[in-house]
Amino acid sequence: MSDIHKEIQKRILVLDGAMGTMLQRHNFSEEDFRGERFKDFHLPLKGNNDLLSITQPNAVKDVHRQYFEAGADIVETNTFSGTTIAMADYQMEDLVYELNYQSAKIAKEVADEFTFANPEKPRFVAGSIGPTNRTASLSPDVNRPEYRAVSFDELRIAYKQQVEALIDGGVDVLFVETIFDTLNAKAALFAIEEVKDERELDIPVMVSGTITDASGRTLSGQTVEAFLISVSHIDLLSVGFNCALGAEQIQPYLKRLSRETKFYTSAHPNAGLPNAFGEYDQTPEEMRDFIRNYLEEGIINIIGGCCGTDPSYIKEIADIVKEYKPRQLETEVYG
Amino acid sequence: MGRYLKLSGLEPLVVTPESNFINVGERTNVTGSRKFLRLIKEQKFDEALEVARHQVEGGAQILDVNMDEGMLDGKEAMVHFLNLIASEPDIARIPIMIDSSKWEIIEAGLQVVQGKAVVNSISLKEGEEEFIRQAKLIKRYGAATIVMAFDEVGQADNYKRRIEICARSYRILVDNVGFAAEDIIFDPNIFPVATGMEEHRKNAVDFFNATKWIRENLPYAHVSGGVSNVSFSFRGNNTVREAMHSAFLYHAIQNGMTMGIVNPAMLEVYDDIPKDLLEHVEDVLLNRRDDATERLLEFAETVKGTKKQDESKALEWRSNSLQERITHSLVKGIDAFIETDVEEARQSVSKPIEVIEGHLMTGMNVVGDLFGSGKMFLPQVVKSARVMKKAVAYLQPYIEAEKDGKAQSAGKILMATVKGDVHDIGKNIVSVVLGCNNYEIVDLGVMVPPEKIIEAAQKEQVDVIGLSGLITPSLDEMVYLATEMDKQDMDIPLLIGGATTSRAHTAVKIAPKYQNTVVHVNDASRAVTVVGNLLQNNNKIYKNEIREEYDRFREQFLSRGKQKEYISIEEARDRKYKINWEDTKITKPKQLGVQVIEDLDLDKLLDYIDWSPFFRSWDLHGKFPNILIDDIVGEQASELYEDVKVLLNDILDKKLLKAKAVFGLFPANTINDDDIEIYDEKGKLKNTFLTLRQQLKKREGVPSLALADFIAPKDSGIQDYIGCFCVTTGFGTDALATQFEKDNDDYNSIMVKALADRLAEAFAEYLHQDVRKNHWAYAINEDLSNEDLIKETYKGIRPAPGYPACPDHLEKETIWKVLQVEEQIGVKLTESLAMWPAASVSGYYFANEDAKYFGLGKITQDQLEDYAKRRVISVEKAKKWLNPNLVEA
Repeated sequence: MSDIHKEIQKRILVLDGAMGTMLQRHNFSEEDFRGERFKDFHLPLKGNNDLLSITQPNAVKDVHRQYFEAGADIVETNTFSGTTIAMADYQMEDLVYELNYQSAKIAKEVADEFTFANPEKPRFVAGSIGPTNRTASLSPDVNRPEYRAVSFDELRIAYKQQVEALIDGGVDVLFVETIFDTLNAKAALFAIEEVKDERELDIPVMVSGTITDASGRTLSGQTVEAFLISVSHIDLLSVGFNCALGAEQIQPYLKRLSRETKFYTSAHPNAGLPNAFGEYDQTPEEMRDFIRNYLEEGIINIIGGCCGTDPSYIKEIADIVKEYKPRQLETEVYG
Repeated sequence: MGRYLKLSGLEPLVVTPESNFINVGERTNVTGSRKFLRLIKEQKFDEALEVARHQVEGGAQILDVNMDEGMLDGKEAMVHFLNLIASEPDIARIPIMIDSSKWEIIEAGLQVVQGKAVVNSISLKEGEEEFIRQAKLIKRYGAATIVMAFDEVGQADNYKRRIEICARSYRILVDNVGFAAEDIIFDPNIFPVATGMEEHRKNAVDFFNATKWIRENLPYAHVSGGVSNVSFSFRGNNTVREAMHSAFLYHAIQNGMTMGIVNPAMLEVYDDIPKDLLEHVEDVLLNRRDDATERLLEFAETVKGTKKQDESKALEWRSNSLQERITHSLVKGIDAFIETDVEEARQSVSKPIEVIEGHLMTGMNVVGDLFGSGKMFLPQVVKSARVMKKAVAYLQPYIEAEKDGKAQSAGKILMATVKGDVHDIGKNIVSVVLGCNNYEIVDLGVMVPPEKIIEAAQKEQVDVIGLSGLITPSLDEMVYLATEMDKQDMDIPLLIGGATTSRAHTAVKIAPKYQNTVVHVNDASRAVTVVGNLLQNNNKIYKNEIREEYDRFREQFLSRGKQKEYISIEEARDRKYKINWEDTKITKPKQLGVQVIEDLDLDKLLDYIDWSPFFRSWDLHGKFPNILIDDIVGEQASELYEDVKVLLNDILDKKLLKAKAVFGLFPANTINDDDIEIYDEKGKLKNTFLTLRQQLKKREGVPSLALADFIAPKDSGIQDYIGCFCVTTGFGTDALATQFEKDNDDYNSIMVKALADRLAEAFAEYLHQDVRKNHWAYAINEDLSNEDLIKETYKGIRPAPGYPACPDHLEKETIWKVLQVEEQIGVKLTESLAMWPAASVSGYYFANEDAKYFGLGKITQDQLEDYAKRRVISVEKAKKWLNPNLVEA
């Protein structure tokens, strides 16, 4: 049994908060993004946050450190866009392996520092696997509903490369997150299974979907239950929801998920819904109080934050989870 | 959170013990719905989506999608349609069942559905390794699967085999693959009942019991099936079918069937079935009485509400008007009254020719219309022609006495089977059908050299030339003839037909050689339309259309994106099929050397006849004996079957055909991977069979086959054996056919040839069994039914030169030398290496239990050159013979 399996039985695990907004606080310029290595690159690179793991590793490490200090058990690698498909915008497909490898490596270094200092509370690194910027089951062209901008195989190959680099870099868990289109996630899970099979290793996998609006469905149209059924063919560590909605709005869906799944549950909601300027007004205390409802209902095993959150939110969350017992899995005797 | 089967589209579908029967929508299946097939073929996807929507609205909980049709790119069609469904939320709501017999189509489907789908289906048919491979992938794609009760030996058709195969499949899936047991859905095969065959009596009961056993012994697994199969015998009688479906479902569900493919429109409410009908139906389903089938059949007639006409009614048409009577005789193919009626007609007109141009043509036009609209079938039309000929023959002396020449025909058609080929059944059928449409036929017969065709066409001033051929070298003859016609600036349209021809070959190889029109005609009914169009006054437009269609087809064909990959002959040899010879049991034949059968009693062959191809040669498609009760062609097939039985009895009584055979069994070994040396009893080299090896690139671990792989190599030091044979039932056919033709009876003339072909195949089957059990004696205890023989369930194979495993016709020359075929039984080889008489079969015998039939596919230049060296002929000559199998440069 992996360490994270042991820890998750003992307590509710805390996930980190947003990475992007934390990095934006540095106000990095085009030159900072490029660093020495890419100073002559033919395209603008500002905004390519994943690249900072190579050009500004200390800034990234610092974010991880702040979250661990706030009480997080798990931090996510800075690899949300680390596939050839997402990196195509910057024409940096060739760099994908290195980006993921480096991101995993620096996150792991910080995690090890904290585990070493306090072995009672081991810290983990989750390799973040984002949805890419293309959807496999939706057509981008309304006049050609049968058209697809990306195929299952293209996704599978891209994800496989990312997964291999993350594992080589030392992540403890793989985290397929912010799933808009379940078919993309299935391609990622297929790739993960291939790598596990080829390398004969077992690495825990977390999955987190995104309910996009009040209809209670994913962008690709699935209900909570349909989404769950579509990703449950793999033995997952956890399944959950993140992004798009605040803790309050996610709760009913999380409740349904918690009732139906045999896996552990996770959530990392946004800090409420964005205001007219796209900013998040919810305070750490407000978010904490919504999350207290999850804990009271016993529907959560892993909890953290997404857009709009920072270490102050995570600290509030980490403080209250200590008071609660984790959600229990229904144990079944299988035939 | 029990272990329930859970599926999803945009919404979940969870099958719990409390769930009602899960209904799978089956109208989006090209094999089950003609309408859906047409919509997909015509790319009318909007309408195809409406079919799917209709299914969902009608209560389907899973949508079965199947694109398995020869003329479709199944993979492309599957992906296209599933992608469209994904953009229709009210359809995509329910889970998809990806239905195909081809793994590549299934996998393509799995890659485009976001929900948890069901695969339909996998089985142990191709062995455990492939089963495990596919199951692992299905698991990884996140789907459930239907598992057919099918294994390496065949489809389970009794209780014991059903549960054995399901149990074995279950254990492999659960223990070896780690497949979730609740994601396994067994299909233990629903077969028809009340077919009249003893072995089908328990078909329903066995299904019920197997279902019960599966539910009790294979935890969490489910049971499904295609329900409409069970009532196959009652096609055309929906009252009985609907009752039978409901009763079957009622019992199947009682026994634990959870889902199924059912057409809701073909379902009666169980409680609404009249008690007497239900009792009869359940007697059959549950096999409760010995006479259950007979009783239901009898009862079925009463609920159908159509009683057979009695005798007096049958002749009512005789009191109709003269024209109506003549038309009736022609349409129904009744020749008993035609001379009387024609005589009456002759006395009513001023010139006898007017009877042909008036009364008879009026009747034949009705026949033509009915045939053209699919309401008459080929055997009926040929019978009509027989009546027509009889009528014309009766009028002939009167017409000649008048000396006003012949009737005006609609056009003159030259028909010929090309040089080197002796097969003419199809050509004769087309001739007859054109003949009844008032075309004058100039039939040059078989093995007609190109010069003769051209000469006759010019001399007779024909309007169209029709070429036919069955063996592959005939294809090149047709190309040659087209080239010659072009050189001579001829402007006569050319029709191409025969079993080996295709639209692709015609468009790519023949049409470019001839500036006038070339059309491929694949069946007799199309011949009439095509010729009609070609000979209409303004035929420019039609001809241009044909030309454009073929140009387009050719371009598409030549620019097909998917280039297949081939490996070199060396690599292919490295990847040959490797038999472990040390562990292989080789039986030395009881009698080595050559043996001759001078005159076999034809009665012995009756049980060995495979009738399905006989019906096919008459354009009636379906499997025997079910074809006899088919909705559409059943009546015609039955009539044809009755007629052929009369002819067959006549042949048997009067010994009108002669069955002869020669075969030999020899010591043999493979040398240099691909050649099989055969030796005489003293071990002296007698001759060498050359085999060809597959070169299409295959998946890792799949061998590149050649027939030589099934014979032990010389360097193994193990003595192996091979056999070869030639059988014929063709002597006497020509005489009989000519006699029928003289009597204006084309129907029986064609029939006798088709029948002789069947007898020859039956003889090959009979002799093969005799060799297995007695002469080679490696399968002494074999006990197989005719059905098993047709399915080739026996050990060993008998591939024939010119067919897929060994397309090289030149091998026949070797067989002829080895067995002295011509000297022994008189069967000759033509210059294209067709056998004469046509009703003959020749081939090899391989006894190894791993030997199996396969298709060579295409080969590349390196093997061609290597082959030419081994055969000691020029590459040019080798190319000529192997042309259809060469990869296009």
